[in-house]
Amino acid sequence: MSDEDDEIVLSELNDDELVQQMFDDLYDGLREEIEEGVNILLERGWEPYDILTKALVGGMTIVGNDFRDGILFVPEVLLAANAMKGGMAILKPLLVETGAPRVGKMVIGTVKGDIHDIGKNLVSMMMEGAGFEVVDLGINNAADAYLEALEREDADILGMSALLTTTMPYMKVVIDALKEKGIRDDYTVLVGGAPLNEEFGRAIGADAYCRDAAVAVETAKSFMARKHNRMAAG
Amino acid sequence: MPSPLETLLGERDWLMADGATGTILFNMGLQSGDAPEFWNETAPDKVRALYRGSVEAGSDLFLTNTFGGNASRLKLHDAGHRAGELSRMGAEIGREIADASGRKVIVAGSMGPTGEIMAPMGPLSHESAVEIFHQQAEGLKEGGADVLWVETISAPEELKAAAEAARLAEMPWCVTMSFDTAGRTMMGTTSAEMSRLVARLPHPPLAYGANCGTGASDLIRTVTGFTGELPVIAKGNAGIPKYHDGHIHYDGTPELMGRYAVMARDAGATIIGGCCGTTPDHLRVMRAALESTPRGPVPGLDDVVEALGGFSSDSDGTDGRGPTRERRSRRRARE
Repeated sequence: MSDEDDEIVLSELNDDELVQQMFDDLYDGLREEIEEGVNILLERGWEPYDILTKALVGGMTIVGNDFRDGILFVPEVLLAANAMKGGMAILKPLLVETGAPRVGKMVIGTVKGDIHDIGKNLVSMMMEGAGFEVVDLGINNAADAYLEALEREDADILGMSALLTTTMPYMKVVIDALKEKGIRDDYTVLVGGAPLNEEFGRAIGADAYCRDAAVAVETAKSFMARKHNRMAAG
Repeated sequence: MPSPLETLLGERDWLMADGATGTILFNMGLQSGDAPEFWNETAPDKVRALYRGSVEAGSDLFLTNTFGGNASRLKLHDAGHRAGELSRMGAEIGREIADASGRKVIVAGSMGPTGEIMAPMGPLSHESAVEIFHQQAEGLKEGGADVLWVETISAPEELKAAAEAARLAEMPWCVTMSFDTAGRTMMGTTSAEMSRLVARLPHPPLAYGANCGTGASDLIRTVTGFTGELPVIAKGNAGIPKYHDGHIHYDGTPELMGRYAVMARDAGATIIGGCCGTTPDHLRVMRAALESTPRGPVPGLDDVVEALGGFSSDSDGTDGRGPTRERRSRRRARE
């Protein structure tokens, strides 16, 4: 404990230093400090969208990378996500007001019978951390619940999670239901959960298997980029 | 008086536990999404067949069909209030099969995680978790379980809550964590940290170790990372799940699991079994391998890779070689 460390006054930092400090504060899960940082940037005339992408998403990307690399684990990520949420609560109404561009929207939930939502919650938080809108259907979702939400929310991505070998086959039931309605290609389908692997993802017709929340974010970003390219080309 | 498992541990220098529960019930027609614990009431013959499969394959100990038999998990099937009852039934069937086996077989009352994240990160308080586990523990005790078997735990906080529940129920217990994330549990606990954690508990387990996780190699590495005096448990998956025609199939052969069992013993495990994907066919080969193979030296990590395949991560966090991040933060000294 050194006195110097407690003497960081966010408002005295210049913009670059402040953003760097916010990266650190996100990493350490300091919610109040993040809220303060967001408010300072707003006072300095930053666009809400810039605060989101440059300060918050930038910081969460570091958290996500270190989670992927086995440097951070679930408890630290939960704290970081909680800090991010504090900042997002301030920005969300302003983002809507200013008509900021949409990163993407995901509908997510654990499949029917599966009540293990820790992984799903992590993905939700990390996706929000990356600027995505997330509609969380919670646990134990039947195919109809996913389909109805995808349509209602005009979503881009469907995320399904299962932790049990007994529940993972249900993912295929959902994908088959999408196919049956002829809307499978309207969505990017990402699947995840401890017992899954890439081969399983391919076998059931998902677009990708995501090993963890950080990979889910990267995968979602790359599919959204492709979608935008296609729309631009089409 | 020592409990039956303590006695058996005193008589033998290794014990074979059972294999998978979910995999086998699924093969018997359990539907995706249904709670297996209901079968303790509605399809007891299938549960008998599950237990008998392990016993006939040579298991000295088997787990009851009560992994998800706690209020937190069963409430999703509108049966939260039936946790004690369904757990009791699972143990009663186990008692029946063990007593009819004609030899000493231990009925281990399976207690899986609550599925909730504990405070302060999540919503589940220590007190609530203790209550949830205690309720199930009493049911298992009433049904005649010899020992409580807390398994697939990720969070140290949850392990402590289960320990307290075992103490309240005045039951001997065992505990295994799932080391499935870069050699640690999902919550970041390393094998060495688990050793320290269980040693400090006021009601320590009879044995502790690792189950499930990501394949046989990782599991052996975890076993070599445990320290201290308590007997160690190794219950690894039979390979990796693959999907075929609507079913999940684990790719680990009985021969692989035979090599794994011998290696787990050489690495220091006393209670050796399988987890997901491990069928009686695997168990028979494991038993034969354990009986016919003399003890060897503690395997090095290279030996493990050669016998069972590569690890899921370079480090398991116990060797100081794990990845780190240089921090430049000026607030950090507060910690």
